[in-house]
Amino acid sequence: MNSREKILSAVKNNQPAQNILPELQSFLKPDTKVLEKYINVLTAIGGLAHVVNSYAEIDNIIGQEYKEAQRIISLSKELPMPGRAEKYADPHELETVDLAIINAQFGVAENAAVWVTDDMLPQRVLPFITQQLAVIIKRTDIVPTMHYAYERIGNADYGFGVFIAGPSKTADIEQSLVLGAHGPKTMRVFIL
Amino acid sequence: MTVALFVPCYIDQFYPHVAIATLQVLEKAGVTVVYPPKQTCCGQPMANSGFEHLTKGCNELFVKNFTGFDYIVCPSGSCTLHVKQHLHEAENEKEAEYIKAHVYELTEFLTDIVQVEQWDARFPHKVGMHQSCHGQRGLKLSQMSELVAEPFSKPDKLLKMVEGLEIVELSRTDECCGFGGTFCVAEESVSVKMGKDRVDDHLSHGVEYIIGGDMSCLMHMEGILRRQKSKVQVKHIAEILNSH
Amino acid sequence: MDQGNKDHAALAERFNEDEPRVNWHDETLWWVRAKRDKAAHTLPEWEQLREAASQIKNNVLSNLSEYLLQFEEKAKANGVVVHWAADAKDHNEIVYALLQQNGISRIVKSKSMLTEECHLNDYLQQQGIEVIDTDLGERIVQLANEPPSHIVLPCIHKKKEEIGELFHEHLGTPAGNADPKFLANAARLNLREKFLTRRAAMTGVNFAVAETGEFVVCTNEGNADMGAHLADVHIACMGIEKIVPQRNHLSVFLRLLARSATGQPVTTYSSHFKKPRKGQQMHIVLVDNGRSVQLGRADFRNSLKCIRCGACMNTCPVYRRSGGHSYHTAIAGPIGSILAPNLDMRKYADLPFASTLCGSCSNVCPVKIDIHDQLYKWRQVLVKEGYAPAAKKIAMQGMTFTLSNPGVYQFAGKAGRWIMDKIPFIVNNKLNPWYKQREMPEPPKQSFGEWYKKNRKDNL
Repeated sequence: MNSREKILSAVKNNQPAQNILPELQSFLKPDTKVLEKYINVLTAIGGLAHVVNSYAEIDNIIGQEYKEAQRIISLSKELPMPGRAEKYADPHELETVDLAIINAQFGVAENAAVWVTDDMLPQRVLPFITQQLAVIIKRTDIVPTMHYAYERIGNADYGFGVFIAGPSKTADIEQSLVLGAHGPKTMRVFIL
Repeated sequence: MTVALFVPCYIDQFYPHVAIATLQVLEKAGVTVVYPPKQTCCGQPMANSGFEHLTKGCNELFVKNFTGFDYIVCPSGSCTLHVKQHLHEAENEKEAEYIKAHVYELTEFLTDIVQVEQWDARFPHKVGMHQSCHGQRGLKLSQMSELVAEPFSKPDKLLKMVEGLEIVELSRTDECCGFGGTFCVAEESVSVKMGKDRVDDHLSHGVEYIIGGDMSCLMHMEGILRRQKSKVQVKHIAEILNSH
Repeated sequence: MDQGNKDHAALAERFNEDEPRVNWHDETLWWVRAKRDKAAHTLPEWEQLREAASQIKNNVLSNLSEYLLQFEEKAKANGVVVHWAADAKDHNEIVYALLQQNGISRIVKSKSMLTEECHLNDYLQQQGIEVIDTDLGERIVQLANEPPSHIVLPCIHKKKEEIGELFHEHLGTPAGNADPKFLANAARLNLREKFLTRRAAMTGVNFAVAETGEFVVCTNEGNADMGAHLADVHIACMGIEKIVPQRNHLSVFLRLLARSATGQPVTTYSSHFKKPRKGQQMHIVLVDNGRSVQLGRADFRNSLKCIRCGACMNTCPVYRRSGGHSYHTAIAGPIGSILAPNLDMRKYADLPFASTLCGSCSNVCPVKIDIHDQLYKWRQVLVKEGYAPAAKKIAMQGMTFTLSNPGVYQFAGKAGRWIMDKIPFIVNNKLNPWYKQREMPEPPKQSFGEWYKKNRKDNL
């Protein structure tokens, strides 16, 4: 018997009688203060939030805040930057990116995460390898909790999807919080 | 209402005054108390050490001693919990089941069964309340800091009726003292460290007494206090309720 | 790290030789517990979430064989290669074969307690494969040649000065610099080069969805993603119990996991890997290693619900004062103490006794594992299977005899108190572990039983 059969038969023999799944509908509780909550949580986890009314405003903030960024990749059609490209054949080409500006499908108020899938990225590694990350979401695309988030994702077919909540961080040295572990050192979210 | 007084073995042997206080408190609460004289121990020391299979004799004795009463009351959350969870007696299962459903720790008996709303006692001192884990997390005598749930406390409800008593708020409201039955000798270094830390929490809040519902925890902390030559003493909640 | 054959009590005693350090360890972890409490209390539905998570996991355990098959089918359809490993050896060999097939001798690895459990690093290094752990805490203990002492905070036992020294030695940072920000940045620069040059990346798995064949990896540092998205070969290893039935069940677990672990509302990255990227290989190794046996133990099976948040360690008053290494197993603390005996009863017979059964672990557990009740039950099993020390057995039999016979009990009590009263030095000596750091209770003149007989004659 190979390992697969061995494991499956042992599991089948040893698993207990059927336990039913709980319903999760009761966790869907609407919340009207999602924007306020999103901003508060993002700030608390080391991210930066800007409520903006136009792409011009975003462009303006980017110009001010990332003066030292040499290589910027913008995935927003409304914010054309010199570094924009549809695809990179090799993810290693993104090694030197200083700032990536990406779109996210939606944000989650309870934890300030944004949901990004690989069809929106030239390479999956982009939001991780970039030194700084800027994300654009629409004000109307903030859901209250993770229950709503997965309602929204539904059975979408992606190759890779990720919730990103704030800059990469570590507290492994004596529980001292350090922003910028292996991924971006900052995360700025523009709420349009 | 006739109540059988179940006195844990270490209280019987080392802290008889706590059992006397318990008896007097119960009588003051208006119940008829009987002490079955042939009682020994609930068997917990063996069971918690992995020797539950050796507790048959204790179980038989327990059922024999405590059958025929309306309630069984014990001044220990830990021993009460053990009986509630582990008393089995194949030949008298019905009696054992009755006992398990009717055995109460002293404070919960007073708040839930006697439903005491007023109590005449006076203890004009600053005290820290030590929650025993088996009383709190096991019998749910008070709300636990880990849970997102409404606070309540059966012992506190009674203590609030005691004139002059001041209960301090501890930094860690319900951390274990490290007694843990045979743990206190098998894991001596950790047990003592836990006890020292618990004692320090009380001392740093300026208590005169560390009080609690389980004499085993208090015996452990008393041992540490006395080694430190501290003037702070331990007292069982029955003694507080019996003070004037 | 050689710890000899010392048991938890002996290793804990050693840990307690440096009391200020025990205080520091205890307070650091208590602080994490306090953050967990704060996060939990922001959600009024916290207890319902725990209940839902527990029910989902119970359902998983009761249908595990079907869910595994479903997961395999979906993952394959997604272009992922699925491997099955019956035990640690199987697992290690599968990983090594994959590396060999691709001509790879250097890899990066993000946190996976499963690979710790299987001792993968040692095995691969013996085969000449270089493994770089990329989680900062794991990298630190790897440089120190130690195992992690905590499943979420691998180097929680290390002081920043010690880390500074390690980095000075291995990464060339200036001597004496122990600033966490500086050290973390040094590691970032050092490890970035590894991410960019290694062709294979290993990750663990937090959750795998039967319905879709995807798996989720949670990190704060971004190291799993840096590794996986840059490498040609991604190997993800998971215990078979990591399955959840449906994608939307992730909502429950992702709400609980980070809040329970560190008090964060969610980890920085919750990465859902479904298909390999173009030109990349993605492998999943499904590992049993004793899990199917544990599934058959009715009293212990629900330990397999564990989502490895570490909350039970942070709250455990014994763990905080004995350190992770005192548990001499990959997964320390209360949960480790109920998992380890399943793998080797003799070797881990001490662990279920390294607890006061206070129950705090069960209360913080996000999937409601009855951890302290299982510790109690393991004690019964271990004693019955013959793993109790002989001296303890004799003592217990003596105690049983005394406590089962009221006459003997009353006599022994009198004798015991008499000894304590008259010749205290017999009891109060250093051989008595109670007396080492505590006074004995002062023996009273009479027991309660004796008092009652004298004072309440009428009632007898």
